[in-house]
Amino acid sequence: MSATALVQTAALGKRAVVRTARQPANVVFPLVFPMLLLAVNAGGLKAETRLPGFPTNSFLAFALAVPFVQGALIATINANVEFARDIQTGFLNRLALTPVRGIVLLVGQLGGLLTIAVAQAIFYLAVGVAFGVHLQSGFGGAVMLLLLEACIALAFASLGSWAALRTGSTEAVQGLFPVFFVFLFLSSMNIPRNLIQADWFRWVATVNPVSYLIEAVRALVITGWDWQTIGLGFAVAGGLSIFGFALATHALWNRLERT
Amino acid sequence: MEASRENSIEAHGLVREFKKGPRAVDGIDLRVDPGEIYGFLGPNGAGKSTTVHMLTTLLPPTAGTATVAGYDVVTEGPKVRKAIGAALQEAALDPFLTGREHLRLQTTMHGITGEERRERSDELLTRVGLTEAADRKVKGYSGGMKRRLDLALALVHRPRILFLDEPTTGLDVQSRTALWVEVGRLAKEEGVTVFLTTQYLEEADVLADRVGIIDHGRIVAEGTPEKLKAEIACSTVEAVPADPDQRGAVVSVLERFGEQTTGYGPGSIAVQLTSPNGNLAEIVRALDAGGVVLSQLQIHEPTLDDVFLAKTGRHLEGSGGDEEEDVEQELEPARA
Amino acid sequence: MTDAISVARGVSWRVLHTFFTNKAFLLPSVAFPLFFFTAFVGGLSRITQVPGFDFPAGYTAFQFVFVLLQSAAFAGVFTGFGIARDFESGFMRRLMLAAPNRSGILLGYVFSALIRWATVAAVVTIVALLAQMKIGGNGVDLFGLYALALLLNLAGTLWATGVAMRLRTQQAAPVMQMPVFLLLFFAPVYVPLNLLQGWIHGVASVNPITALLEAGRGFISGSPELALAAFAIGVGLIVGFGAWAVRGLRRAEAAG
Ligand SMILES: Nc1ncnc2c1ncn2[C@@H]1O[C@H](COP(=O)(O)OP(=O)(O)O)[C@@H](O)[C@H]1O
Ligand SMILES: [Mg+2]
Repeated sequence: MSATALVQTAALGKRAVVRTARQPANVVFPLVFPMLLLAVNAGGLKAETRLPGFPTNSFLAFALAVPFVQGALIATINANVEFARDIQTGFLNRLALTPVRGIVLLVGQLGGLLTIAVAQAIFYLAVGVAFGVHLQSGFGGAVMLLLLEACIALAFASLGSWAALRTGSTEAVQGLFPVFFVFLFLSSMNIPRNLIQADWFRWVATVNPVSYLIEAVRALVITGWDWQTIGLGFAVAGGLSIFGFALATHALWNRLERT
Repeated sequence: MEASRENSIEAHGLVREFKKGPRAVDGIDLRVDPGEIYGFLGPNGAGKSTTVHMLTTLLPPTAGTATVAGYDVVTEGPKVRKAIGAALQEAALDPFLTGREHLRLQTTMHGITGEERRERSDELLTRVGLTEAADRKVKGYSGGMKRRLDLALALVHRPRILFLDEPTTGLDVQSRTALWVEVGRLAKEEGVTVFLTTQYLEEADVLADRVGIIDHGRIVAEGTPEKLKAEIACSTVEAVPADPDQRGAVVSVLERFGEQTTGYGPGSIAVQLTSPNGNLAEIVRALDAGGVVLSQLQIHEPTLDDVFLAKTGRHLEGSGGDEEEDVEQELEPARA
Repeated sequence: MTDAISVARGVSWRVLHTFFTNKAFLLPSVAFPLFFFTAFVGGLSRITQVPGFDFPAGYTAFQFVFVLLQSAAFAGVFTGFGIARDFESGFMRRLMLAAPNRSGILLGYVFSALIRWATVAAVVTIVALLAQMKIGGNGVDLFGLYALALLLNLAGTLWATGVAMRLRTQQAAPVMQMPVFLLLFFAPVYVPLNLLQGWIHGVASVNPITALLEAGRGFISGSPELALAAFAIGVGLIVGFGAWAVRGLRRAEAAG
């Protein structure tokens, strides 16, 4: 990427961040809602730690992985609703008339979203630590966690931008929220997969990629450097990112039918 | 020759079909000379925006060719984009960014940086009269301010050709006039070629050196406003009988002087005169002899609307098509 | 009074017509409770093996009661959303102008919420039965369970209506939704009260929803406990939020 392209990408990313920062609802909701759900589940499901074979004594530590995935989801929806709005209002057309390369438009958008997701993740981590969660993988693990968060956000973000570019409709992107939500709830979000009693649910959670994202984050918190689980998380996030990015690039190409 | 090609627009047999829908643009030929303001006049849905999108490389034509600034819009897209500036129909601004931030983003996208960027932004903000509002979010801008910012954004890279798609639709009279002045200045002083679409005949009349009238994707008339009106040549007389029952009598008298056309309002009768210098005195005498009483009698000089009427059989404004926009147009000045 | 009834009939007809003919409204109302039901029962049934988890009817029945109450409360909240929408569209102003008895407007919304919930409850019940939920209680017990849920439905509707009448914008949705969501989840959702520990135990012990939930679970397993207390709490909520809603209506009238 040339220096100009980098500057342009940074400018577009910055715009995405500024735009979010100036809408209080889009700042507060992704910070507060996952924490609320964490509080509810950490309290209500604490008894689970008494099940034989449960991996930790602290359900809060166990459940802390969820906000990282959930926060990335919410950030994805918000940012891509904005992206779809750019298409609807013609803002994207305005940018398309400049000499900027199409891919820069997409990368800038994704970069802004990544920044937001990582900032949120730092907040979740701080809250977790403040309430007594001890990261088994130590400080290096926290850094790794943020890196993983960036990959997870990239995976969702590129799928989200694909939807935005493909449909150009804010409602359609908003409609993704329940879909993501279903993936989240039918995962190992609330219980380790080996403790799921219902066969069908265990099967669904096993084929659900979200389980592996959560488990990788969780490993860094409650287990330590479990390379296999962490690696699997990165692999799933990376695979989804590549898949989503390919789709998004294709959709961008169709959308900017410019000659 | 080379210099003239550089700033001109040419299209031959330009067509655009959408999958679902009509031929939005149905074979357009046009030529805009350097430094000229070309007014593309037509009602809503005529195909103006589609034409602009094709000429600005945002939409590939289904058939036909076009060159802008001497470059082919299909094969030389990037070169065309470098030469042109465009303010599209939707003033596509981000409500959460300030005017200055918009300029910053736009200049960056054009590869203008550092000191030059600051100077250019300040200069443009001054020129469109937004210096004071520059650091306010666009959310709080009026329609006129948004349009002016839009124009400034289109100008950051000093384009030689400027496309403006309905730049004044929905604006109040003052904002509209201010924009006309600025566009006129760009063409006269800086030699920028302007391709401007509009639904308002007055705008085309005042601003454009040459006008193309488009309807259903085809150009139905083209020329200087004077030439177009001269083609129609004849004035229209409009009369409103004081007593609606006398309508028939008025029509029969007036029809001796010309052919009845669509009226200007309810209860009014309009006749396009057949002789060039409408002899009002004779008409008044004839009406008097017919014993009819009028509450109103007017001579209308030919306008671009008459040209449109003559070519399509419909009026340009208030002809159904898009009521809402017309309402807005009437309300705006009242609010200002 | 007959005025109020006919106004109520008109209002509820309109709300229900929208609800049943528009899948954007109907689908989420039915899908969400079903989804929670499936996710909780499927994912968490192992939790019954925690020492001290003694609920004879099994985890499906345990969660069924929660989902039934949740759907009841949320049918009310969604009705509040509809009222806010009606304010924004100007429809409410038209209603206020036309209705000879404005309490009838309130009554109409309440009635529509009830029908909405009944629809959802029927679907959830059928699904639970298909999932072979064990039922220990007899007919009277089950009647008690649905009656409790009905009280919560009324209370939820009156709460959301009161908010909608005061704020009159769809932006108020979180204000209607969040407290209900928190109240529902700061209760013994996944395990019985005696298995909750720490702060959540404290909160759940004073949460009125806990009483309804525990009584409901008592009904379905056939050993009702503290049922009268639960009914008293339900009626209390209705009286409280009823006053809140009526005062809200007056505020809306005053605001014009
Ligand atoms: N993307 C599109 N898909 C289908 N039809 C379109 C599309 N864009 C424009 N049209 C149709 O093409 C015609 C011309 O539209 P447009 O160029 O926007 O007109 P104008 O700008 O003169 O109001 C209209 O009938 C419009 O409905
Ligand atoms: Mg248009």
